[in-house]
Amino acid sequence: MPGLVHVTTTINGNQTDFLCEPRQSLLECLRDVVGMTGSKEGCNDGNCGACTVNMDGRIVCSCLVLGVEAQGAEVNTIEGVASAEGLHPIQQSFLENAALQCGICTPGFIVATKALLEAEPDADEARIRHWLAGNLCRCTGYDKIVRAVLDAGERMRAG
Amino acid sequence: MRAIDYQAPTSLSEAVSIMAANGDRARPLAGGTDVLVQLRGGRREADVVVDTKKIPELNTLNLSDNGLQLGAAVPCYRIYQDSAVAAAYPGLIDAAGMIGSIQIQGRATVGGNLCNAAPSGDTIPPVITLGGEAHINGPNGWRTMPAEDFCTGPGRNALENGELLVAIQLPAPAANSGTAYLRFIPRNEMDIAVAGVSSSVQLDASGQTIQSARIALASVGPTPILASAAGDSLAGKAVSDEAIAEAGRLASEAATPITDMRGTIRQRHHLVDVLTRRTLNIAIRRARGEE
Repeated sequence: MPGLVHVTTTINGNQTDFLCEPRQSLLECLRDVVGMTGSKEGCNDGNCGACTVNMDGRIVCSCLVLGVEAQGAEVNTIEGVASAEGLHPIQQSFLENAALQCGICTPGFIVATKALLEAEPDADEARIRHWLAGNLCRCTGYDKIVRAVLDAGERMRAG
Repeated sequence: MRAIDYQAPTSLSEAVSIMAANGDRARPLAGGTDVLVQLRGGRREADVVVDTKKIPELNTLNLSDNGLQLGAAVPCYRIYQDSAVAAAYPGLIDAAGMIGSIQIQGRATVGGNLCNAAPSGDTIPPVITLGGEAHINGPNGWRTMPAEDFCTGPGRNALENGELLVAIQLPAPAANSGTAYLRFIPRNEMDIAVAGVSSSVQLDASGQTIQSARIALASVGPTPILASAAGDSLAGKAVSDEAIAEAGRLASEAATPITDMRGTIRQRHHLVDVLTRRTLNIAIRRARGEE
């Protein structure tokens, strides 16, 4: 029976150490070990995107990454999106456009959207829908989310 | 998931020793998008997961006069973000940019797609039509095999215990050649192919005659299929709707699909015919530099 592994990683800019079993996913480690429950478990097999985090500059499903694979990685989660001054423009735009109902998918959508708009703030509707195809929402029907992302892009372009 | 041990060797020889010492109780891990789901769901078992992402040979993405050396642990996004690779192998990019979601493409690898050996693996048909070769290392050293021989059954591949797929070697694209991949799914994204086809053609300098062609199929048999008769039927023929239609008919004949929740036998034969004609037309336009 393999023991616990010591993992040193950077989460939202802070060096974070945790102990985990090799079989535990990064999502389990974030939620159950580190206590950061913003990333959600939906399908636990890479279909729904609710657990999306940014790892070394790429969005990934944290349910499909082992916690031990985060050794030395830069992980950015929904908890790191807002600043001390207030909500991120994407979060503000999701609120104002009513782009969420139950909210379970929202952290994944926001982390995925942030990666898109930071690289392509002028992403159009087709690009947004393609980029977000790996994030499922069973409440909104997506239109309000797409409108929120277009609006957020505008806000981010305006600075 | 039951308890596993995790090893992340930093050299190929170390990885092969771990794989060899653990036999069929060891599983290589690249992107993890298939293997972690299978281990969690009990569809595969392992005592040791061997992370291959720290091994230099498996992380190589090297385009040269000899073609493309594509390390087995290189994720899809690295392939399509490399503009030189994308320009040289658009047929591979069709597939690498189509698998799963952006999240999946950030992790999933072409090598893993081959090793997972799903009949529906989207990147496998273009690797086959591009003339890809699997470079394998194990306790007995190196061996290579054509990509079309690598998958031996649903979820089964040609690797022996202790062996690792290290890289896929694609030959340099010939002048006046082009490749394409298309699949049919009932959704826009995030689905498994009902049928998929890759076509690759080499034209003469005039762009009017097909010198050679290769056609490979996904999701219409127990493994991806190289439809040799369909590709060979085009050799030496002038580009024409008739020649392309005949290749579509022969490719459809090479398919051995089943009826399942994603599609029927009849639909899949039809799809292979249509997708063969469409991918041939795209491949021909690419060979002529028209797209």
